[in-house]
Amino acid sequence: MFRIARVIAAKDLRIELRSRVVTNQVLPFAAIVMVMFAFALNTDAVVEKVAPGLVWLATLFSLLILVQRAFAIETADGATDAMRAAGIDPAGIFLGKAVALAAQLAVLEIVLLAAAFVLYRAHFRVSGLVLLVTTFLAATTGLALVGTLYGGLAAGTRGRETLLPLLLLPVVAPVLIGATRATEAALGTSGAVVADGWPWLGLLAIFVAVFGVGGTLAFGPLIEE
Amino acid sequence: MAVTDNAITAQQGEPPTGRADEVAPTRVVTPSGTGTPFTRILGIATIIAMALLVLFGLFLSPADVVQGDAVRILYIHVGTVWIAYLAFGVTALSSAAFLWKRTTSLTWDRIAGASAEVGVLFMALTLFAGSVWGRIAWGKYWVWDARLTTTAFLFITYIGYLAVRGLGGSHQQRGRRSAVVALLAVLEIPLVHFSVKLWRGLHQDSSVADTTNVKLHDLMLFSLFLALIAFTLLYAWLVMHRQRVLAMQDAIEDKGLDYALQQRRDEGDL
Repeated sequence: MFRIARVIAAKDLRIELRSRVVTNQVLPFAAIVMVMFAFALNTDAVVEKVAPGLVWLATLFSLLILVQRAFAIETADGATDAMRAAGIDPAGIFLGKAVALAAQLAVLEIVLLAAAFVLYRAHFRVSGLVLLVTTFLAATTGLALVGTLYGGLAAGTRGRETLLPLLLLPVVAPVLIGATRATEAALGTSGAVVADGWPWLGLLAIFVAVFGVGGTLAFGPLIEE
Repeated sequence: MAVTDNAITAQQGEPPTGRADEVAPTRVVTPSGTGTPFTRILGIATIIAMALLVLFGLFLSPADVVQGDAVRILYIHVGTVWIAYLAFGVTALSSAAFLWKRTTSLTWDRIAGASAEVGVLFMALTLFAGSVWGRIAWGKYWVWDARLTTTAFLFITYIGYLAVRGLGGSHQQRGRRSAVVALLAVLEIPLVHFSVKLWRGLHQDSSVADTTNVKLHDLMLFSLFLALIAFTLLYAWLVMHRQRVLAMQDAIEDKGLDYALQQRRDEGDL
């Protein structure tokens, strides 16, 4: 299972490195979303206060595109059917695609966070660094797992472009809440202290565990025809 | 003319060999109604219970000391939310039954679908009646309370579930896909509730008035129980009919395909 996952993840990332869809399309999209948030919220003080939430909202929007892309490369040539016909363990496919998605999300989040420091003047503090890094790791893993699960469900069906946001956004709401609060605690937004962030990290960890197990079990029946 | 109970059960009792469900059930031949003697009695009982609920809820039970006549909305509100939760519970259980060993009948899938449709309808009624009540009791249509927010998420999640059911593909495929989504929703909802609760808990006190200490008048309590019974009867009646309609829809789709295939074959013979 893990060997298959490694092969699948390497394949997805290789495709990404060669096609550069994330760097050329998704990253600029996320950047323009960040700028648009500033337009909508207008005042500097407000933008600074809500910066962690905006980073995660922009991540969620980009996640929708990344997931579409991750499964478009599978369905375009009937690759999913071929893998199924070859008897490849669906759990391996699930984990592999989730790892590849997590890697792409991580790159995106680093850029978004950097943009938040520059554009929104979010404050950085060393004492919150551990919380910040673990929060980003946990949230990224959670988003990648759920994204892969629902992406696999919507792939290869009519109307998947419109269905995916409807299915995915309610599910990732806990990640948005948890990651935003933990990031606020790590950065000290509106006087939050670092210790406030750890319960939220716990929430993210539960989310990862639930959808890690649930997704590994459910992915097989979902992509089976 | 009505489909008899036998026709429905005969269809459920077909050999559990995966494919059997996709072959057109031949015995459902009179698609002019879904009533059976049992559902007719159930329907009449529902009408009686609803009439009694109107009588007790609107006329016999007293107005609340604090809330006044607005308390009467709660007979609807509590009844509908109970049905919504019951319906989603039934959806989850029948989805699990459908996925169990893969041999079970598509009837489980149809019960899950019918129940979810009724649940979404009642959840919409709950949100509507609740916000009307909230406007009177709290002065606001909506507050970001954990329970309210979770309810809204539940509503959206099952709209998504119904969208997944409408994706197309074979009936087995629809059944498997939607069953997995229904079970994932069971995982998702507690997480959403927990996170929203934590979110509210750390930020501001819940704005919902604490009504737990209010002692209910006996007639009010009776009206509330009557509402639960009336709405449960209505739920059972709706789901049974809807399940049969869904079975007919599936049968029509199967037959339509067979018919089209036969036509092509006939063309070939010419």
